[in-house]
Amino acid sequence: MKKLLVLSALAAMLASGTALADTSGKKIAFSNNYAGNSWRQAMLDSYGIVTKKAVEDKIVAAADIFTTADKEVPTQAAQVQNLILQGYDAIVINAASPDALNGAIKQACDAGIVVVSFDGIVTEPCAYRVVVDFKDMGKQEVEQMAKFQPKGGNLLEIRGLAGTSIDDAIHAGILEGVAAHPEFKIVGSVTGDWDQTTAQKAVATILPSLPDVVGIVDQGGDGYGAAQAFAAAGKPRPTIIMGNRQDELKWWKEQKDKDGYQTWSASIAPGVSTLAFWVAQQVLDGRKDIPHDLLVPYLAFTQDDFEAALPKIKEGGVATHEYTQEEAIAAIKTNIK
Amino acid sequence: MRPEMTAITPGTAPRSSPRGNAARARMLRSLLPALSLALVLIAIAWLNPRAISYFGFNLMLNLAIPIALATIAQMFVIAGNELDLSIGTFVGFVGCVTATWLRDAPLIGVLVLLGSIGVYALLGALIHLRNLPSIVVTLGMSFVWQGLAILVLPKPGGKAPDWLLSIMSFKPPYIPFPILAALLIAVVVHFGLMRTSYGVILRGSGGNAAALRRAGWSLLRAKIALFALTGLFGVLSGMALIGITTSADANIGNGYTLLSIAGVILGGGEFVGGRVSPIGAVLGALTLALAASPLLTFMHIPPDWQVAANGAILIIVLAARVLISRRER
Repeated sequence: MKKLLVLSALAAMLASGTALADTSGKKIAFSNNYAGNSWRQAMLDSYGIVTKKAVEDKIVAAADIFTTADKEVPTQAAQVQNLILQGYDAIVINAASPDALNGAIKQACDAGIVVVSFDGIVTEPCAYRVVVDFKDMGKQEVEQMAKFQPKGGNLLEIRGLAGTSIDDAIHAGILEGVAAHPEFKIVGSVTGDWDQTTAQKAVATILPSLPDVVGIVDQGGDGYGAAQAFAAAGKPRPTIIMGNRQDELKWWKEQKDKDGYQTWSASIAPGVSTLAFWVAQQVLDGRKDIPHDLLVPYLAFTQDDFEAALPKIKEGGVATHEYTQEEAIAAIKTNIK
Repeated sequence: MRPEMTAITPGTAPRSSPRGNAARARMLRSLLPALSLALVLIAIAWLNPRAISYFGFNLMLNLAIPIALATIAQMFVIAGNELDLSIGTFVGFVGCVTATWLRDAPLIGVLVLLGSIGVYALLGALIHLRNLPSIVVTLGMSFVWQGLAILVLPKPGGKAPDWLLSIMSFKPPYIPFPILAALLIAVVVHFGLMRTSYGVILRGSGGNAAALRRAGWSLLRAKIALFALTGLFGVLSGMALIGITTSADANIGNGYTLLSIAGVILGGGEFVGGRVSPIGAVLGALTLALAASPLLTFMHIPPDWQVAANGAILIIVLAARVLISRRER
């Protein structure tokens, strides 16, 4: 690693004035606040694969990953401040809080550092945000549900981690969807924390008190747990919206093979971390036309294409998509109007 | 006369040597927080010389101020032989109130914060009167504070009052603000708790409650005072935190519970016996803040090992403390 750094620094020196990209001497840090679930692991994997190649290709000098030991805001704020001291040129960040890190982010901007946030975004105006339209995802869940359950009926909602912007946005989208489809009614709501075990426990607890449910709208990472809870209670299996996790899609395939079970799956692709990396690289390259808010599509699977994706997902992992530099430039282009 | 003298000297001579050892160990113990802080600073200076500057200290240490205040808060309950497992979520609750009511309706904000200190005082009374284990009561309260925080601020946001922002971003000449603030906290609490007569009573309520009661002091009042002080410093910690982060989050303080306990112990405190040290606690908090984040970031540890390394640093720092206090016995 050290050798690589020295080499790339050398290359950077030699390259000044040659045809190589202007960012070959730049260092990009990744500040990550949590690594404890399958989605975050996939996110780190994708980021590692893409940035390792970028360093080898001498597109950037270094791309180091820093994960905080706890999910806390102050820890990450301190980490960002340390990255400023380390002299990084850009910080890619998956933030613990959209607002509470703004103080540290502002300090980074003031020090001339490019900050690109994704997934857990930051609201500080000087930073860039790679946003997935979670609200639309929530709305789309109800739209899809209407296709599978045309007669409508009762829905159970599984919420994500309370107090986060993502949970808030998906929930708002679901409410909007239900407002547009009055044949559906949300009869219960539990907190699943995007985690199968938590979701299973929560659903099992509320199940006895619920009327018959035709469908479950959720936030990903909780669909398989919900299915287990219904199976354990011996209740008929509702239409459960999935969230691109390997165990969820596998269960879906088993059910489909058994009796043609239909549903829909959507989530933010963990590889969006690589898009954030390329955005940082592009800004360092001197591009001034990149909007600070970049909207990227979520990754969705339907009845027709989920089986093709399933074998590519690691056991216990999440479906992802890693961006190449060209794809990232194209994604940026669609956001420039 | 002579035989008496000779009878005394052999008796005192062997006793004085272990006493000297104990004194040396006690001095080592009181120096340990400063030593470990110096050690961490040297490591940081070696790894990243750029960090040892006015700008660097400001960045590395400003988040240590709320940790130091939370540690002092925890120190007061520990002085009374109790433990507060709710200080983290309490700091989060104060943060949410600071970023919302204290800015939009200062009067309500101040009343709520004063009220929350009152709740702490009542908890102290409850724990003393019903003889409840403080761990259980404060564990319960941690969920109450967390719930209230989410009620006040359902999703992250809010903004710190401008006066608070300008206090926390104050840039005095020559000495970085965090260092100045840490000095101020340490000196004020040291004089209050270690040098005043009521401070002795407060520490005595944890050290030798029976003796205090026999001397006619109200243990109830001491416990209420200790818990109210914890509440007060918890409020200060939450406000300082929001002054730095500029905006709040219901989960913002959760990590402070364990950090504050570790800070007190690292600073030379003991879980029982009313043995605490305010200066040590502040130094302990600074050491923890530096060891956990800057040191780790500058060490370039592979991402898979970072979380474990953070824990390892904490264990090493605390283990040194335990080794020395064992020598003392």
